[in-house]
Amino acid sequence: MNGNAPTGEPLFGLREMELNFGPQHPATHGVMRLKLKVDGERIVDCYPIIGYLHRGTEKLFELHPFFQNVPHTDRLDYVAAATNNLAYVGAVEKLVGLVVPPRARYIRVILAELQRISSHLVWLATHAIDIGAMTPFFYCFRERELILDLFEQYCGARLTLNSMRPGGQPYDLPQGWVERCGEFIAEFPAKVDEYEDLLTENRIWKRRTVGIGVLPPETAIAYGVTGPMLRGSGVDWDLRKALPYEAYGEVEFDVPVFHNCDTYDRYLVRIEEMRQSARIIRQCLDRLPDGPIMAKRPRVLKAAAATEAYHAVEGPKGELGFYIVGDGSTNPYRCHVRPTSFMNLQALPEMSRGALISDLVALIGTVDIVLGEIDR
Amino acid sequence: MSWAWLDSLRETIGQPQFTLLFAPAAKFLVAIVVILLIIAYLVFVERRLLGFLQVRLGPNRVGPWGLLQPIADILKLLIKEDTIPNRAVRWAYLLAPCLVVAPAFVIFSVVPFGPSPNAPGAPRWYVTDLDAAIIFVVALASLGIYGIILGGWSSNNKFSLLGGLRSAAQMVSYEVPQGLALVGPLMLAGSMSLVGIVESQAQRGLWFAVPQIVAFFIYFVAGVAETNRNPFDLPEAESELVAGFHTEYSGVRFALFFLGEYANMIVISAIAVTVFLGGWLRPFPSIEALAFLDLIPGAVWFFLKVFAFLFLFIWFRGTFPRFRFDQLMALGWKWLIPLALANLMVTGLLVVLLNGRT
Amino acid sequence: MSEAPKPPAELAPWEREPAAPQWQEAADDPVALALGEALGEALVSARTFAGDLTLEVRREAFRSACAALKERHDFTLLVDLCGVDFPKREERFEVVVHLYSFSANRRVRVKTAVGEGGEVPSLVPVYPAANWPERETWDMFGIRFADHPDLTRILLWEGFNGHPLRKDFPVEGIDTGAAIYPEYYEARQGPIAGTGTGWKVKNPPAAAPESGPEEKK
Repeated sequence: MNGNAPTGEPLFGLREMELNFGPQHPATHGVMRLKLKVDGERIVDCYPIIGYLHRGTEKLFELHPFFQNVPHTDRLDYVAAATNNLAYVGAVEKLVGLVVPPRARYIRVILAELQRISSHLVWLATHAIDIGAMTPFFYCFRERELILDLFEQYCGARLTLNSMRPGGQPYDLPQGWVERCGEFIAEFPAKVDEYEDLLTENRIWKRRTVGIGVLPPETAIAYGVTGPMLRGSGVDWDLRKALPYEAYGEVEFDVPVFHNCDTYDRYLVRIEEMRQSARIIRQCLDRLPDGPIMAKRPRVLKAAAATEAYHAVEGPKGELGFYIVGDGSTNPYRCHVRPTSFMNLQALPEMSRGALISDLVALIGTVDIVLGEIDR
Repeated sequence: MSWAWLDSLRETIGQPQFTLLFAPAAKFLVAIVVILLIIAYLVFVERRLLGFLQVRLGPNRVGPWGLLQPIADILKLLIKEDTIPNRAVRWAYLLAPCLVVAPAFVIFSVVPFGPSPNAPGAPRWYVTDLDAAIIFVVALASLGIYGIILGGWSSNNKFSLLGGLRSAAQMVSYEVPQGLALVGPLMLAGSMSLVGIVESQAQRGLWFAVPQIVAFFIYFVAGVAETNRNPFDLPEAESELVAGFHTEYSGVRFALFFLGEYANMIVISAIAVTVFLGGWLRPFPSIEALAFLDLIPGAVWFFLKVFAFLFLFIWFRGTFPRFRFDQLMALGWKWLIPLALANLMVTGLLVVLLNGRT
Repeated sequence: MSEAPKPPAELAPWEREPAAPQWQEAADDPVALALGEALGEALVSARTFAGDLTLEVRREAFRSACAALKERHDFTLLVDLCGVDFPKREERFEVVVHLYSFSANRRVRVKTAVGEGGEVPSLVPVYPAANWPERETWDMFGIRFADHPDLTRILLWEGFNGHPLRKDFPVEGIDTGAAIYPEYYEARQGPIAGTGTGWKVKNPPAAAPESGPEEKK
């Protein structure tokens, strides 16, 4: 019954406190641990510790034939399965020289862009709730639900889609899907305005995000940061424009770029990307060509010996790539994932130095991590 | 068949000692029960309202329209295990929740819920009419901080500690503008009794929110901060500090913290209504054309206004993101306190200049 | 698209058997040429496959090759770094790094070989982004990187024994239970190894010393 700190250490004599932020913490979006050194609430040092969700996916890839690996990719970035599928099948196609028919390319773009919207919606929802705004969470999930319904109607799954195959698409679009998707896309931009009403000009929101986590373009590039984070840092670079794949070369869209390099600008980039995605989907639905959805391909895909290919797509979080080495067998000899969030998370210690604990929460949100992809 | 006991009871009630001692206690008890009920349903209303704001339903399974939800919640909290961390400072850990709840309830003893005519024997709508009620309210409100600091510190959890420190800083700095904001109406009324303040508003036929709009605004903002409600819910910021000062609490003790927070919401609303919005007075008390509104009893007006405030609290929660710690402090010290001081000076000047009339 | 069947010569690319891309010499690629001048012998080969330029360099020149690519050819973005295991080769591991140039809008792949126990110069001084991928490569393959500021395991825990992406690492896993709880399990008798049910428990958990607080009230 004395007044000393229970651990017996002098509590108020310490200058810095070590704080384990996670692995079980509401704001780490999964199981990530940040070893923080804090001086009061100011962060002196931040050391991310990851791997709590490691499942050895890359080893699993080596055990299964090319076709059977698609479901594994669903589980990487589990809020953006279609994009993972797209990157993987793209890499396999590049490795074995498959050419995808145009209709399948368009379907892929539609799915990937729907997935981008849904991933950004999850991001916005969690980012806002991390900063304390509760309501956008429910608004975002309302629209995401509609997207998941569309996925369900296409491939039967809502989250782990398994929606693409090397060489094309497993299924054609079901009857009426194009109209339903068109309806959703017609309504969606108004919903984005709704989210913006709640946040964009909100003074508290701006105070929590403007000037927080400034990441100059040079630093961003040095840390391998890609995607909306890089565009929020003023680098006009989008793989869909830079190295177009699938049908992206045939559609019109703008790449939003903002130059203040802070959390607010990254927020604006992602909000605008949702609108642009809707625009892309609209064009794809209008121009959807007829024809086959699957290329002529052998029943069992074999890569030639000593071949290797790297293919990357612009995922919702940034460059998502697959590096596949073939050895003449039916399985990939080595399949490495270029994990977007893993690379982006590297910039977190840099961004969080000198920030407050409250900022750290905003920063974890703005990096938009998915631990399934980081830990693989 | 003797009704003598009834007669003797009647006699006892007639005794001045009884009126002095037992009547306030009984009234206080009634007040507490009413407040507890209000709190229970406030939580329910909050969840339903938030549901409405957030395009979902909210709790609607227990009883008709979910009306029995609060009872289910209370039962759940009562039968949950009351965990105490091994290395917690036990006495402080156990004491903290009580320290949060008790002052919040005691404040209700000075709040006048309705008009109290001077006629002898007429019911009085307050437990006691303290001469220094405002000081009493401010003093007790600051006592609640100790509960939160103690709870945060004694849990021996770093997140709790940070939450406790945040709330200490927050509540201490927001008490200043809150107190200063209360001085304005006090100067106008020339009384520190809450009953006196309402009566002075009745005399003037004017809610103090009109001449003291700045003080009213400051008081309410500081009040939201005092109760740790969104957008000032930093001490328990869920996404930052897990649950802040009450991370380690469970069961009844958590329920007490919860109770304290909601009781404080009602306290802040009740004081705001009493001091700024004319307490039990109808809107525009000076306009004769609206006299028919007096048909509605004063207590109903009072609670209507309180509920309007509580609705604001909930609405805030559904709308705003959370402030950052330093921004919160800056808002308090750089804006609210200077503003409150300026308001005080202007009020003082006016009171002196218009001395004859005030 | 869906007209009458075309004669075989006009088959669309997706209607033909897939034609696998082939390796092609790319010594005349400007990047390869310039790098060959700078590195001389250290540039082992320059080839393209499916349009990607692949440069193989000697281990010692790995960092200088990447630094040269970064400075002279503006390959500023380190896209990815990973290892590949070829157990039958003399130097069994390959470290593969992908670089991207914003100005030239192209990727280049740089590879180097390293044997068991060998060290590859770390790229962290040139590309800070290489930090975590190199840690991962160390974690998964056991390839050491010289001058790496913090070469520790990243995805697996500190006490893990082995490097799971090596080809000789068993897919069913190794005895990690014994590694974590040496006081409970005999070596290689943990719950993950082998049979699953028949593991031997050295000390039943109840008998183990309680790790609770010293004092209890």
